Amino acid sequence: MLYTEKVMDHFTNPRNVGEIENPDGVGEVGNAKCGDIMRIYLRIEGDVISDVKFKTFGCGSAIASSSVSTEMIKGKTIEEALALTNQQVVTELGGLPMVKIHCSVLAEQAIKMAIYDYAKKNGKEYKGLANFNPNDDSDHHDHGDEEEH
Amino acid sequence: MSKRIYLDHSATTPVKPEVVTAMLPYFTEIFGNPSSIHGFGQDARNSVSTSREVIAKFINASADELYFTGGGSESDNWAIRGVAHAYKAKGNHIITSTIEHHAVLHTCEALEKEGFEVTYLPVDADGKIDLAALEAAIKETTTLITIMAINNEIGTIQPIAEIGALAKSKNVLFHTDAVQALGNIALDVKSMNIDLMSMSSHKIYGPKGVGALYIKKGVKIKNLIEGGAQERKRRAGTENVPGIVGFAKAVEISSETFEAHVNHLTVLRDRLMKGILEQVPYVKLNGHPTDRHPGNVNVCFEFIEGESLLLSLDLVGIAGSSGSACTSGSLDPSHVLMAIGLIHEIAHGSLRLTIGDSTTEEEVDYTIEKLIEIVARLRSYSPLFDKFKLQGGTN
Repeated sequence: MLYTEKVMDHFTNPRNVGEIENPDGVGEVGNAKCGDIMRIYLRIEGDVISDVKFKTFGCGSAIASSSVSTEMIKGKTIEEALALTNQQVVTELGGLPMVKIHCSVLAEQAIKMAIYDYAKKNGKEYKGLANFNPNDDSDHHDHGDEEEH
Repeated sequence: MSKRIYLDHSATTPVKPEVVTAMLPYFTEIFGNPSSIHGFGQDARNSVSTSREVIAKFINASADELYFTGGGSESDNWAIRGVAHAYKAKGNHIITSTIEHHAVLHTCEALEKEGFEVTYLPVDADGKIDLAALEAAIKETTTLITIMAINNEIGTIQPIAEIGALAKSKNVLFHTDAVQALGNIALDVKSMNIDLMSMSSHKIYGPKGVGALYIKKGVKIKNLIEGGAQERKRRAGTENVPGIVGFAKAVEISSETFEAHVNHLTVLRDRLMKGILEQVPYVKLNGHPTDRHPGNVNVCFEFIEGESLLLSLDLVGIAGSSGSACTSGSLDPSHVLMAIGLIHEIAHGSLRLTIGDSTTEEEVDYTIEKLIEIVARLRSYSPLFDKFKLQGGTN
């Protein structure tokens, strides 16, 4: 099997798939040209992510990475969600093939992008966004580097 | 999962039981080296000769024009590289197409690095080359035209006889990769004016690791593999006797059942194609609608990605293939889908299903039923489909 049981579980029964009406934050990363797009919707109450949904166009590991990462940030504070790394997503999935590591990077970035959207709309600042550049999606395109993870 | 349905016959086919039976004695009893002068060797040698005759006859060639190789890729490599170098004094120009198998394209690219000049002819939206463009591309220095008979991904059949006639009139050699064509369309090297033709055993229910190259009498070719006098000094290496015998048996069956085979595939292909195109929205057929491999269905489903589609199909027991980037290990979708003018977004959602002799009507209907469900489910996850619906999208 190409993927772990955990990946297949999240691919066949994705958690939190869907949309949130009038979300507090939305983030979209990737592009159709490269074959994967992830969009994350957030509902934020106080400082806590009370609900999160995703929509993903992409391969099995892109859908599984979206699903597992939404599970990992649901009910967490914003700073906790910003601390999520792609490596934690990979670990939670029980591993991803080398060429699919970029899917976990996309998940991490989509979450940061959605929180960035919320922060911008509400004039908030977060430590975890200090180094975040919303226009930089080079991590996604540079497959060569990702394979070294 | 109760049943498994194999719809990837263009990747490889199961070996027919009669073929296995024919091969078995050649592992244990008639195991001799055909180069040996003793009886063990001569028995093996006779079987290789008989096999050569069977396969040669199937394509209307003489036995001494057929050379066994390790498979289709080796045949392609040898034909192109061998002819390019043998005719170097005449010229250094080769003409091919943008949708060839990588065994052809990568060989051409390697020759370019050695100083050869290669013209890559574009194809139209159905995957056909333009004969007028081919004629215009031929120049004084052209030594070889290499165009595949049937494309392995989209199934489009090229006008092989017309290309052969044109090549002959211009005094240029014509090689065709007939790996997908053998046994699926009639091939006659004489009437089609083919000078070299690549063939493979495992695509026609024979064993893997054996193929052949037809080289017309009088055509010069440099050797690819040196080291022995086998194959009339042109291809060294002890003959894969069981493989060759199996290949010949597969050809014999193919020749005896040709019409029934093509008819069976065509009926099921059309049923599958019609079912998908009529019952799944936002889908596009790739390849020529009628001039195509009798068993090939290749479609693009908008708004979804091919690898997730293949995984979902596999979970319900259906085996297919895709030209999406995620299945190729690169960022780009298949070069064939790009060459027929598809945009990346659409090409990522490609699916190839290829029918074989054992495919049934029930399997085809089950596949259509499951595809409807899976495509709808994956689209329900897709942000692209949301955007499309928001824009009030219609077909």
